Amino acid sequence: MEIKVLGPGCPKCQKTEDIVKEAVSESGLSVTVEKVTDTMEIAGYGVFGTPALVVDGEVKSVGKVPKKDDILKWLK
Amino acid sequence: MTERKKFLSLVLVFLFAYWMPFTHPRVQMGILEAFLMLREYAREHVLLCLVPAFFIAGGIAVFISQAAVVKYFGAEAKKILSYGVASVSGTILAVCSCTVLPLFASIYQRGAGIGPAVAFLYSGPAINVLAIILTARVLGLEMGLARAVGAIIFAIVIGLSMAGIYRREEAERQRGPLQMPEAEMPRRLWQDMVFFALMVIFLVFANWGKPAQNEGFWAAVYAIRFYIAGASLILLLPVIWRWFPKEELKEWVGETYSYALMILPLLFIGVMFAGFFLGRPTHEAVIPSKYVEAIVGDSPAQFFALTGMQQGAAHSMIASIWPVWTCFFASISAAFMYFATLTEVPILQSLMGSGMGKGPALALLLAGPAVSLPNMLVIRGILGTRKTVTYLVIVVAFSTFCGLVYGWLFV
Repeated sequence: MEIKVLGPGCPKCQKTEDIVKEAVSESGLSVTVEKVTDTMEIAGYGVFGTPALVVDGEVKSVGKVPKKDDILKWLK
Repeated sequence: MTERKKFLSLVLVFLFAYWMPFTHPRVQMGILEAFLMLREYAREHVLLCLVPAFFIAGGIAVFISQAAVVKYFGAEAKKILSYGVASVSGTILAVCSCTVLPLFASIYQRGAGIGPAVAFLYSGPAINVLAIILTARVLGLEMGLARAVGAIIFAIVIGLSMAGIYRREEAERQRGPLQMPEAEMPRRLWQDMVFFALMVIFLVFANWGKPAQNEGFWAAVYAIRFYIAGASLILLLPVIWRWFPKEELKEWVGETYSYALMILPLLFIGVMFAGFFLGRPTHEAVIPSKYVEAIVGDSPAQFFALTGMQQGAAHSMIASIWPVWTCFFASISAAFMYFATLTEVPILQSLMGSGMGKGPALALLLAGPAVSLPNMLVIRGILGTRKTVTYLVIVVAFSTFCGLVYGWLFV
């Protein structure tokens, strides 16, 4: 499994990455977390707002810091 | 930090300490001015202006649904609406300048196309709430308004010109699915509006300028300004208490806090740099005012005095193109320079205090925050070299033009 955090580096994006890492370690699954900061790559997903979360190539959340429970749900 | 980097910075500090002419009176004056200007900002602009402005910016980020705004950038949105929303939505979407570029890229590639994308790219950083509030507070209401209105008109003009120039290529770009943020509407619109109105009323009245005369309407308002500001704060309490869930309020404070953390250090550094090199208005620092006046002053007199040029063909030619030259110079140098959020304000304050004209000052405000060398490189990656150059040329030309008009109107 693979999670991408899209965000150019604003405080909210940082927070998102932290929460994702927390959720992953809580779930005990083997998941790679990648932070995408490149503008072109972010735009490639067509997201209209950062931070955004991509789980296995599918955009799950846009423009907000997701809740930990939601992330745990997407992991299953 | 590696050992080598540590050593290198040690060498730099050593060279600085060794060579810096601390005994030179201009340098000493500059250092003193840097701290005096910092004190002026700390005393005059932080508590009543910047702190409430951070709360407003934080509130905008948390309470206003971005989804409601962003939907106007979709590929199916009406074009006229896209331009309108793009030119003003910077106030809502772009308080953090780092969100501008990804959103711009998405609007360009998947959404409403190059016109609205460029309009947003331009207006985003130029029109954000914090920038307009601080400009109005430090440089005067008139300059703040000119900046806001200029940026909105400018954004539409530049968007339409880009769309016009590259009309043919537009249709060929491929579209893909859009990922919009979900709309959440926990409150009625009017409730949000009351909330923001109360904060704006506090901000406006707490910063009410002392009028020139001691009588009349403005003076009467000035006399009771703190009562009005206080009343709006008291009214704000039940609004916050009744309408907003605890969770959201926590987010609001958190967001406000992170804006302050992000912006204040850079602003203070900017203030000290402006103070060190140019000094507070009517004070001298490292760079003598006459040089500023000779390059971007209201009249070319100082330039002629420094160059010893008193008459002849060159003299009359320079005199006739002087306003165009000053505005052009201000916009092109501002276009390449990088201003961290809000630092353009103290820098401009010092420049104007050293004799920069109002026209070139507005030109700098219009061209400065929107484009800089680093963000040009990112834009080039998205648009390609040719379109980026076109964008730059339009920005510089139009800033020069606006500066000229403003200079004529207010001299």
